[in-house]
Amino acid sequence: MTVDTEVRPGRATAPSGAEGTMMRKAGDWARRAPLMPALVFMIIVTQLPFLVTLVVSFMDWNAYYPDERGFAGVDNFRRVLTDANTRHAIWVTIVLTAGVVLISLLIGLAAALLLDRKFRGRGVVRTMMITPFLVVPVAAALLWKHALYNPTYGLFNGVLKWIFGENAPQPDWISNQPLWSIIFALVWQWTPFMMLILLAGLQGRPLDVIEAARIDGANGWQIFRSMTLPHLRQYLELSALLGSIYVVQNFDAVFTITSGGLGTANLPYTIYQIFYTAHDYGRASAAGVIVVIGTIIIATLALRSVSTLFREETGR
Amino acid sequence: MSIQVAPVTGRKSHGGAVLTALAWIVGILFVLPVLWMLLTSFHSEEDAAKNPPDLAAPLTLDGYRAFFDTGPWPSILNSLTASLLSTALVILLAFPAAYALSIRPVKKWSDVLFFFLSTKMLPVVAGLLPIYLFAQSVSFLDNVWLLIILYTSMNLPIAVWMLRSFLSEVPVEILEEASVDGASLTRTLRSVVAPVVTPGIASAALICFIFSWNELLFARVLTGTVAQTAPVFLTGFVTSQGLFLAKVCAASLVVSLPVLIAGFAAQDKLVQGLSLGAVK
Repeated sequence: MTVDTEVRPGRATAPSGAEGTMMRKAGDWARRAPLMPALVFMIIVTQLPFLVTLVVSFMDWNAYYPDERGFAGVDNFRRVLTDANTRHAIWVTIVLTAGVVLISLLIGLAAALLLDRKFRGRGVVRTMMITPFLVVPVAAALLWKHALYNPTYGLFNGVLKWIFGENAPQPDWISNQPLWSIIFALVWQWTPFMMLILLAGLQGRPLDVIEAARIDGANGWQIFRSMTLPHLRQYLELSALLGSIYVVQNFDAVFTITSGGLGTANLPYTIYQIFYTAHDYGRASAAGVIVVIGTIIIATLALRSVSTLFREETGR
Repeated sequence: MSIQVAPVTGRKSHGGAVLTALAWIVGILFVLPVLWMLLTSFHSEEDAAKNPPDLAAPLTLDGYRAFFDTGPWPSILNSLTASLLSTALVILLAFPAAYALSIRPVKKWSDVLFFFLSTKMLPVVAGLLPIYLFAQSVSFLDNVWLLIILYTSMNLPIAVWMLRSFLSEVPVEILEEASVDGASLTRTLRSVVAPVVTPGIASAALICFIFSWNELLFARVLTGTVAQTAPVFLTGFVTSQGLFLAKVCAASLVVSLPVLIAGFAAQDKLVQGLSLGAVK
């Protein structure tokens, strides 16, 4: 989040001089007034429910046994963290998020570099590239599950038959590689997102400096490593961070492609199940609190690892 | 660049052709699944289920007819209502807030800004249960207004960030001149600030519309037969069909159509929106 957050000096200074404390206080409130509706709305709709979740996470509360409601201490957390299913869900969430963000970031970078040149039909190629992002996520998941992955009539196995004839292998993609099936469907949707941000970053490069380096005899790789990548760093961080925030919460693809089966249930899906099917409110809330903590860690780590990667590059 | 030595230019244009071809291949690979969905949606169910696929199969509107026969319109209308009204509400709340975070900033405005962003990191599922219980206790379940409120909270941080970054581009001098003229706050906003930030509002609105239209988890848990949205209808549509590939493709395309149209029409706005206004 280092992009465009610099403090603008001069604007925040309070009016000085003759005005008394009363005036200044009134001025402060006049400044705050336009902010208040949005701030109050956000606190009520997002913070209050989370506080309730936090309270419920320490309670024994299952909708099927309403009489047994009471304080449970850290019992829910212990149950969540010792349960093999939720532990696996934590792992799936990490693999899913890291896999989708890293792969789509790499492909997105390559695509952005390809699109950062002037060529015939560049606008058309860009439009084709962003199309996956504009398909409603549920629809995209349905498309991958039924029209592409399906072992009997999906396009992938159809292409295999075109190439290898009647005896072509016809793998059941989702059963063989359930998690990768979800990852690739999501990579397809998120690559355009990464590409768009990185392309905009590339187009903000100082071209005269790069031209000067080229005339001085620097080759394409040298220019890319020592000029383009450092310039892109903040855009890579931004797209990785935003991508992680969205992908870690993914529900649509897991719900649609595998319904959480075959060991692909991530935390959002697991919580949905504990809450929606098992009606164990205490345990669902404890898992929810764990997801919040995890999200904060992942977002921080994503930001940090990308930063250190580049500090090493430039330090060499 | 034209002054460069001949051999370099020659090698460059040769490599250029390869890169251009590569760009086209990548673009085509990414759009191919959507084109495949489009083609399949116009095939009959028998042709759609063929393996290897029959590209030249006769085209038919049966898939679309079957989809519209199952009565998707109420859910599409719900999606439109929820997306459009929540987007309007987001802009109404975000614009004054962004003003108070950039043009006449409150103290600690950057803390407030990061508070807004941090709510986006709060996973939706973590707040789902209290919202469900609350809505249940006041009989607010299966009501499109519940979705409107939740989608507003989901998109408000994005809009605040974006609009703030646009508003901080408003030259302060114009504002000061306006206040010297004795123009009131509202007039300043309307005549000086608004024209500069209209593109920002457009990008924020576009991205909020897309995210609201796409949302599934809230809609699935909190709505039933009355207020269900198009994505929820789509998930239910699949389970109730037999041989269904063409129908599913048709349904998926129809549900995605508003987002596809909005996104194609405003590609540049999309970048600004996705990067929270950091990229212009």
